[in-house]
Amino acid sequence: MAAPQATSAPAWTPDQPIIRVKDVHKSFGSFQVLKGMSMDVKKGEAICIIGPSGSGKSTLIRCMNALVDITEGSITVENQEVNDPNLDKLKLRRKVGMVFQQYNLFPHKTALQNVMMAPINVLKQDKKEVEERAHALLKKVRLTGKENNYPGELSGGQQQRVAIARSLAMRPDIMLFDEVTAALDPETVKEVLVTIRELAEEGMTCLLVTHEMKFARDVADHIYFTDKGVIVEHAPPEEFFDNPKDERTRTFLGQIL
Amino acid sequence: MACDVASVDAIQSVGCWILDNTGVNLTILHDEFDRNRFISGIGMTIYLSVVSLFFSLIIGVVGAWAQGSDFRVVRWLINGFIVLFRNTPPLVQIFFFYFGISNLLPYIEDADGMRAPLLTNVQWAIFSLSLFAGAFNIEIFRSGIEAVPNSTKEAAAALGYTRLGTYIHIVLPLAIRVCLPALNNNLVNLLKTTSLAYAIAVPELLYASKNIWTDAQNVPTMMVVLLLTYVALVGVLVWAMNAWERSMAVPGYGQGGGR
Repeated sequence: MAAPQATSAPAWTPDQPIIRVKDVHKSFGSFQVLKGMSMDVKKGEAICIIGPSGSGKSTLIRCMNALVDITEGSITVENQEVNDPNLDKLKLRRKVGMVFQQYNLFPHKTALQNVMMAPINVLKQDKKEVEERAHALLKKVRLTGKENNYPGELSGGQQQRVAIARSLAMRPDIMLFDEVTAALDPETVKEVLVTIRELAEEGMTCLLVTHEMKFARDVADHIYFTDKGVIVEHAPPEEFFDNPKDERTRTFLGQIL
Repeated sequence: MACDVASVDAIQSVGCWILDNTGVNLTILHDEFDRNRFISGIGMTIYLSVVSLFFSLIIGVVGAWAQGSDFRVVRWLINGFIVLFRNTPPLVQIFFFYFGISNLLPYIEDADGMRAPLLTNVQWAIFSLSLFAGAFNIEIFRSGIEAVPNSTKEAAAALGYTRLGTYIHIVLPLAIRVCLPALNNNLVNLLKTTSLAYAIAVPELLYASKNIWTDAQNVPTMMVVLLLTYVALVGVLVWAMNAWERSMAVPGYGQGGGR
């Protein structure tokens, strides 16, 4: 069977934005969550998206790997249009890894198996090679020795790091982090943030929806502030935190800092 | 009259001894013909159970998958099937297939050139029992599938799994763990329901026992034997299911932790 012909796009080169969001709208029924958001993300950038609850920040990054369809507008990932009925979701999701607030590990598999599953089942890669990579990834997130533990035997912070390793096992070009520390104890937040910071410093393109302002300030290359479905303002972190321009940003930062 | 055959093996001697000393007539022990009928009855009950169990599980797994289909027609068909087989007695179903459907199907010639139905009574029993238990299995698997959080499926989707891949590798293994107790009950019920195949002359345990007690006039004895034999058969099934459940236990999951 011939695969449906996807709209051919010009080959992506690293000097172009790796993600291009153009005037994206999203409605759930009559409720408009995204009311025209746009942003460009360059390869290797760490982007933090902050804003009050319900402002659409999680929905926005969920649109980037097609977990949520967009109603209007365009998102391209390495020039591949996400808002395309013939979208090859697997091709997109190989490029874009995602980590969730609730870790969402597969509870019937050990830490090592969680990391190995998708490359073996989805990408049909060689088991031995994947296993070596999985060991290396667990080492990278400092979980050597926990390979054979089930998620139920790990702490929240450990589970979240397994989830990061699981995502990295697909060798994505971009990582999306959806409030990944929101469900963690204050002590374990740090261990997860250290892992993400390392990734960002290694040049992984990272988009984080987060409430960790200090982390955002230290790690982000650029900060986006969303409210009620629109991007209110965006700037490099120093400018954003020290000199916010919009009244809504000032109010938000005043409440949170 | 006690045993009128010369004892040839230990079991026969035991049967004769019981008969001589207690008057309990266990022909299935001291009479070789009855013993063989009884054993082949047990064999047929096990055969019906295992084969129907296998097909009913397949129906359950596939049906539960199809129930989540994007096509409304498919969902309607599955739900119609469940209603039909859950709302009718299994004996009526067996009769429906054996006397109803079987007569509508073309006949074939058997090895002796005789006109024979397309499916034998044993095959119809398996067909009917599989559908009966399968309808319940679909509902049981569905309950397990619904217990798998959407967020887990979303994580699988984000890793590039298709809906089918997610079902096979993530949803089903988790769902089975959740629904094993209910599945256990239904499979026990299936094993016991095989006794209804009696009604279409399938020589299973009940049918064989009836033949024995009509010939040997030992009705009360055979009733006890029959009852205990079913207790033992179900006991083996439950033991196997429990062993399966233990082998799938995952530390920190499914013991009420519900993470």
